Amino acid sequence: MTALDSASAIAPAERPPVQGPPPHARDLLAGEWFKLWSMRSMRWGFLLAAVGVVVLNFDAALADVQNWSQYPAAMRAQFRPFGSFGDVFTNNAGITELLVAGTLGAMTLVGEYASGLARVTFAAVPDRRALMAAKIAVLTAVMLGFGVVVTGTSFWLGQAVLAGKHVGISITQAGIWQGLAAAALLPTVSALVGLGLAAVIRHSAATIVATVTVLLLIPNFMTDHHHWSACLYHATPFRAFQVLYQLTPTQANPNLQYPAHPGGEWWVYLLWPLVSAVLALVLVDRRDL
Amino acid sequence: MDPVIETHDLTKRYGPALAVDRLTFTVRPGCVTGFLGPNGAGKSTTLRMIIGLNTPTGGSVTVQGTRFRDHPRGLRHVGALLDASDVHGGRSAAAHLGVLARTNAIPLRRVAEVLDEVGLADAARRRIGGFSLGMRQRLGIAAALLGDPPVLLFDEPLNGLDPEGVRWIRGLFRRLAAEGRTVLVSSHLMSEMENTADRLIVIGRGRLIADEPLSAFAARGTGAGVRVRTPDVPALARAVTAAGAAARPDGQDALLVTGLSKDRIGDLAFEHGLRLHELVVNSASLESAFMELTADSVEYPAGDQR
Repeated sequence: MTALDSASAIAPAERPPVQGPPPHARDLLAGEWFKLWSMRSMRWGFLLAAVGVVVLNFDAALADVQNWSQYPAAMRAQFRPFGSFGDVFTNNAGITELLVAGTLGAMTLVGEYASGLARVTFAAVPDRRALMAAKIAVLTAVMLGFGVVVTGTSFWLGQAVLAGKHVGISITQAGIWQGLAAAALLPTVSALVGLGLAAVIRHSAATIVATVTVLLLIPNFMTDHHHWSACLYHATPFRAFQVLYQLTPTQANPNLQYPAHPGGEWWVYLLWPLVSAVLALVLVDRRDL
Repeated sequence: MDPVIETHDLTKRYGPALAVDRLTFTVRPGCVTGFLGPNGAGKSTTLRMIIGLNTPTGGSVTVQGTRFRDHPRGLRHVGALLDASDVHGGRSAAAHLGVLARTNAIPLRRVAEVLDEVGLADAARRRIGGFSLGMRQRLGIAAALLGDPPVLLFDEPLNGLDPEGVRWIRGLFRRLAAEGRTVLVSSHLMSEMENTADRLIVIGRGRLIADEPLSAFAARGTGAGVRVRTPDVPALARAVTAAGAAARPDGQDALLVTGLSKDRIGDLAFEHGLRLHELVVNSASLESAFMELTADSVEYPAGDQR
């Protein structure tokens, strides 16, 4: 057998011990950043979502300006600042961000599990927790940037249109920051919830269904009428966003028996992504691939 | 030379099913070790435990004396091709490797180098989704080579390769071993190992069946030996038995002789004035040795055997 003969003839050289550079978190951040942007579908996803959300918001302001002459005088007089602020970021834009960011966030992780790429990734980086932390950091940064740009552009475009009827508000409007912050954070919150569900479920279709259910369907099914229902309703990120997206100080609806309060809703809004991130960090180390 | 991969009573249990059962073996550098077993024998599970993707239920496995998962970064220590489909179809070959290189602080020029080495330089910018299985195998090998690691694991690397690819990959394994690296190659086909491996680790139903040089393994099979066709079978049988060999009839007019070389049997026949019609080394011996040894441990046999 020639294979055997040639192998025994060669004296293998002694290989020196491996001398790699010390591990840096920035390498993992660079890898995860490149992983996100090297995918054409991700770049298109972000671009189309940004355009879609801005158009939805712009359209709301445009509709108000076009219908202005038909509005009753009392409504016109009270339009500023509440109506003007409402046009900055509409509920439909919120639903869109919820779905798009939630899905993109879930796909960044479940895409790896479903394709098997996770095995290659974790064989390259056995320190799985450090890699997951980098993934979460990159996703958070990208979604924060996306949220700030989309909210900022929506504000600027919408108020420019409303200025035609002299009902635009400026960034110095009193009580504006809570609502703008909530809108800017919505993609981050949604994406991290999607990522957390992906870490638990690890199956593409089921993760997407779960993400849509938690982010959109459950809040849609719940009401403020019963105590248990109101509790569940107020504990969803989407309802938290709706409560927080108001000019402060907010006024509780006197007709509601169980109104939501912004203080508690901030906890809801921030705990969802936080718990999701912790869950992903804990689970990634404990499961086989 | 010190063993590089060491498993000790390595066990993996999935619920009631025992995938790997107290497996103890060592893999040494400088040669190509074949990791052989029927489908479902536990080869892939063992490879995954070596690189820490799966946690053993019991026992231990180390690479160069260290648990692989204790390394913060892996590519400089072990390069592995587990499944060529473990990629995302939306990325280009260069981007796929670019991600891996970045996480391990490997200079990006290595990406072009390994793509060139596996013959994918022209396809570097193409999306992996459009790759054939053979191209994916080459990409997986490129990823394994990226960190220039001393230890390389390949799970069924010959799947989907054309004859030219098979020849290339055998040359590559041989070269990697000659460079002093540890090369472990799994397969469920003995014929693939015949011209690839120097040593064999054979498992069946998660248990170790053999851990020895390829030549020793080949000698185990009942089909091993030299097939001699002659008009006077009894006379030839007496002659070779007298010379210390074992002989048994193989059909009407032939003998299967073990313990003597082909040349020696020819000389013996000449000395005894016996006519030979055929004198051939039984090349199916490796395959039959494998079949016989693993016959009891085939997980999903065809037909009504169990």
